[in-house]
Amino acid sequence: MTTSSAGVLTKLFREAGRPLLMPYAMGGYPDPESCLRILGAYVDNGADLIEVGIPFSDPLADGPVIQAASQAALSRGVSPAAVLDIAAAAAGEGAGVVLLSYLNIILAFGTERFFDRCRDGGILGVVVPDVPVEEAAELQTIARERGVDVILLAAPTSTNTRLARIAAAASGFIYCVSTAGVTGARASLSADLPRFIARLRTQTDLPLAVGFGVSTAEQADEVGRCADGVIMGSALVDMVAGSERLEDALAEIADTLQRVRRMPSFSK
Amino acid sequence: MTLSQRFGRYGGRYVPETLVSALEELEAAYETYRDDPDFLAELHLLQADYAGRPTPLFLARRLSECVGCRTYLKREDLAHTGAHKINNTLGQILLAVRMGKRRIIAETGAGQHGVATATVAALFGLECHVYMGEEDIRRQELNVFRMKLLGAEVLPVTSGSGTLKDATNEAIRDWVANVETTHYIIGSVVGPAPYPTLVRDFQSVIGAETREQILAREGRLPDGLVACVGAGSNAIGLFHEFVDEAAVRLVGVEAAGLGLDSGKHGASLARGTGGILHGSFSYVLQDDEGQIQEAHSVAAGLDYPSVGPEHSYLKDVGRVEYKSATDEEALTAFQALSRLEGIIPALESAHAVAYLLRDDGGSHGFGTDDVVVVSLSGRGDKDVYSAAAALGVAI
Repeated sequence: MTTSSAGVLTKLFREAGRPLLMPYAMGGYPDPESCLRILGAYVDNGADLIEVGIPFSDPLADGPVIQAASQAALSRGVSPAAVLDIAAAAAGEGAGVVLLSYLNIILAFGTERFFDRCRDGGILGVVVPDVPVEEAAELQTIARERGVDVILLAAPTSTNTRLARIAAAASGFIYCVSTAGVTGARASLSADLPRFIARLRTQTDLPLAVGFGVSTAEQADEVGRCADGVIMGSALVDMVAGSERLEDALAEIADTLQRVRRMPSFSK
Repeated sequence: MTLSQRFGRYGGRYVPETLVSALEELEAAYETYRDDPDFLAELHLLQADYAGRPTPLFLARRLSECVGCRTYLKREDLAHTGAHKINNTLGQILLAVRMGKRRIIAETGAGQHGVATATVAALFGLECHVYMGEEDIRRQELNVFRMKLLGAEVLPVTSGSGTLKDATNEAIRDWVANVETTHYIIGSVVGPAPYPTLVRDFQSVIGAETREQILAREGRLPDGLVACVGAGSNAIGLFHEFVDEAAVRLVGVEAAGLGLDSGKHGASLARGTGGILHGSFSYVLQDDEGQIQEAHSVAAGLDYPSVGPEHSYLKDVGRVEYKSATDEEALTAFQALSRLEGIIPALESAHAVAYLLRDDGGSHGFGTDDVVVVSLSGRGDKDVYSAAAALGVAI
């Protein structure tokens, strides 16, 4: 029996005393080596946790930017095993790492074997965007035995009954979807976000991290006022997609993350 | 009454959390209305006066002679819009109206479901958007025009293989973003619960009518039922009424495309493994790493790399025999039925006919006195261009 490290993620949030900055990268994109440099840039420029996606052929919670990155990684032959290696390498450098994978990838890998690899690689949690709480129990049992958290999602459309169910089953932190929709940059955040977060707060003490559509430092600041973590994904992936040279993307990423960390809600 | 979310180990609800409340709402609405006299009266009236039900059960004498068993055709091709798809869209639009949804979305492969959805949206004056793969738009331009004529917006999907799978992804993404105002009319017995059950129930009118009609004609139940299986709604619709009749052989015919060993086919049950696509666990065509593979069939409506979860269950328990027919066999059947009976079938339905035609009827296992009902799920007008192209004829 391994000592459960569940609680590590939760503790990271609680000890920070400010919202955590959690940038996302598509694993193996634009290629495995560059991906490692991107993750390094995240850590060097103020990321508290990094989220690494496993490419999937049919990512139905994702918008065009992450779909394209996923497709590009797949056409380079990036496998789930390769992304597990990338994530483990980043964790080995001391970063707190969370994976994002659609369920079919985990099932095909073998659920137990997948979470073995997570444990061995020092991965703290796995976000599975197509597994709502009702379908999560088996994954959670297998993950928990290995000291890994399955991160559940909550959405503004979730009823209070559902939020209670999610809160009761969640561990690590809860991934709050900022607004109804897929991943991708938005001009403005939903005005209902603080109310949604408040609704969930009444149900749980777990840290609440917000993702989907957070693309600027100002938006991150706005989210940081009500949430315990801010996830930025598509905007950063788009910097990689839109740059001819990786160095340019890394500079843009550094600038953006540093600006987030200088925002008022992050300097509490 | 609670709807079953699973068929054995298959089915479930593997979707983003954003959608789950909408699925719960749909499930509750369906539980409320499935036995509601007003709902059923409205549905039955529309089925009769609008869709033209019951569809005939036709004894195909020349085909029977050719295949060596007494073969009836269940004429879903004569239903309004030319296929069985209208059965489902009528039921779902009535639910959408009762749930107060003003915007309808759908995915389509061959275009038949898109047309059937655009049709009922027009009937109820609702806004309608249909996602369709670029490749399918090219090979089904007639149906694209029909949808536009009916007032729907057809949205081309370029991601992935540009076919039904990708159109379904895009429809789900639209639904995630617009879930409060929008109802998603999924076109087959796939997707997250409660869709596989709900669509099956709306399609089961095919089998219910068949039972009455065959009893009236033959004074007994049929010996066998044959239907094509892409995602599987016409097959489930025909089979459901007979699943508990152990003496009735049920045969589902998948698309073998260029051959089961060619890697270019749509035979999820024959060559797939358990996996998740579009919200449910079922047989899926996928690689070792869980990436979904592209399907292939000359029939756009069978070009789908998974299958309804209830079919997966019926395969595992051995209740339904799942066979397959190649593109070539389907094209042969397409021509044969046209010449033998004066009925041009959809290329999808031609797969079912092809099962009986194979080896001059020798391999299907039915005797000359056996009564067999084939689901003629749709008519072939939409397929004349692609059939002509496949047969090397310029029109």
